[in-house]
Amino acid sequence: MNSTLYSLIGLAAGVAFILALKGLSHPKTARRGNLIGAFGATVATLSVFLYVTPSHGEDIGHSLPLHNLGWILGAIVVGLIIGVPAARKVEMTQMPQLVALFNGVGGGAAALVAIVEYLNLGDTATTAEVIFTVFTVVVGCVSFSGSIITFMKLQELMTTRPVVFPGGRFVIAGTLAAVLGVSVWVVTALGTTPLLVLAVLSLLFGILFVLPVGGADVPIVISLLNAFTGLTVAASGYVLSSTLLIIAGTLVGASGTILTRLMAEAMGRSLFGTLFGAFTAKPQAVSESGEERPVRSGSPDDVAILLNYARRVVIVPGFGLAVAQAQHTVRELADLMLSKGIDVAYGIHPVAGRMPGHMNVLLAEANVPYDQLAEMDEVNPTFGQTDVAIVIGANDVVNPAAQTTPGCPIYGMPILEVNHASNIIFLKRSMRPGFAGIENELLYDPKTMLLFGDAKASLTKVVSALKAL
Amino acid sequence: MDAIAIISIFTLAVFVGFEVVSKVSSTLHTPLMSGANAIHGVILVGAIIVADHSETNLELGLSLAAIVLATINMVGGFVVTDRMLEMFKPKKDSQGTSQKGDSK
Repeated sequence: MNSTLYSLIGLAAGVAFILALKGLSHPKTARRGNLIGAFGATVATLSVFLYVTPSHGEDIGHSLPLHNLGWILGAIVVGLIIGVPAARKVEMTQMPQLVALFNGVGGGAAALVAIVEYLNLGDTATTAEVIFTVFTVVVGCVSFSGSIITFMKLQELMTTRPVVFPGGRFVIAGTLAAVLGVSVWVVTALGTTPLLVLAVLSLLFGILFVLPVGGADVPIVISLLNAFTGLTVAASGYVLSSTLLIIAGTLVGASGTILTRLMAEAMGRSLFGTLFGAFTAKPQAVSESGEERPVRSGSPDDVAILLNYARRVVIVPGFGLAVAQAQHTVRELADLMLSKGIDVAYGIHPVAGRMPGHMNVLLAEANVPYDQLAEMDEVNPTFGQTDVAIVIGANDVVNPAAQTTPGCPIYGMPILEVNHASNIIFLKRSMRPGFAGIENELLYDPKTMLLFGDAKASLTKVVSALKAL
Repeated sequence: MDAIAIISIFTLAVFVGFEVVSKVSSTLHTPLMSGANAIHGVILVGAIIVADHSETNLELGLSLAAIVLATINMVGGFVVTDRMLEMFKPKKDSQGTSQKGDSK
């Protein structure tokens, strides 16, 4: 294959990626868009085996096949064996952390590619190439280690609260300064040692950068790191003279940046506040615990009676619902209420679950009809006419503190205003606060009834109690 | 490649990237992020190129690690995105009941 054909295939793959992103932006074409992207990536990968990219200083590459072909194919097989089962078997509830992990390994791959090419170039590297290499190594490593931390937060392998330690902001600022200093060192002095130091410092910075981010803001950070990885891919495309990598990486970098902003808007968060939380956050005072406050807890029969005489019920599903795998039971309850002539809607917070749109995926999995799902802006004005709001495994997204308590970590986040409903039922496992780790005053409200226990078991009892009425 | 060509490609790609996702409902944020995530898995192409260029065992080892990671990113990313989107497809049985629905 000659270089013109190879370049044209690269261009075609670039076009496929544009069509993929375009398709993914609309519900009807989303799946097709993803397949077009996969097709483009496959074709691009196959074309590399048929054309040898010349090393630097050479006009044409060596003859086919590629050097180390056996190793290359073996490594791809290893990647397939790890990646495909992980993607196919993952529970939809755990999907956000898998996406974070995939993003992290992509960033790691880009950093490794840049390091190898740098070792390979040695003294022949131009200043521009070194600068792009430094960029790829720094941002790729930050994306890698940062994604690992977001993975651990989402998987709850570590605390989901912001990790802030005394003097943290100075440590972070110092690390960043060291990263920049060593970057200059690499560009001026060259050599392998400075680059490895740079990689280690960047990994450290990635960790420090994500630690202070609170659980609720993690999706925004994943999206941002995703855009970062895109830019590293574009930069390594420069070093490798690959138009395809430049196009694909830049596309992801640009669309990822916009998507990050859209997500932050949907969550009512300032991007700046999220990212530089480390510099503004104070170690949180533990809320006035120790004092036991009374809550009103009810039985499944109490709940059923309340529902039976309601005219309008809004179900607010949260991550707890998904964890308990209660989507199907919730649908059963909703169908039962509909058959009794009760008006039922699901109020979906944009970030219900762990990521924007996550809850829609989970409910779609349970065949909940799309027209019963109401977005926040549609459902909020109707809470005044709602007799019962059932909050299932959700907490932060209905916490009025977001509107009333300036300074609390979720302040400013739009919420589902269930506090305007005549009655509120919380299905909870315990009094434990939500993902963001904030106490919810609504739990102590006189019009609130709590039904403790596993969401699925509780709902099943409510369904049978309601059937009996 | 000359600098002007690269800057042109980069600039145009930035604008295309901005344009294609500027309006997207929050329902699709997660699949879109996941799909974009899979697309940057094409760093696999770069990983294969550096594996071909590798002259020392260190270089080869690092580039093979890059190939493994990039493959996971790319293939895993597209597969998981497809699984998510599979659930959005219209279901025939629920279609009948949702016909009479007015909103959406």
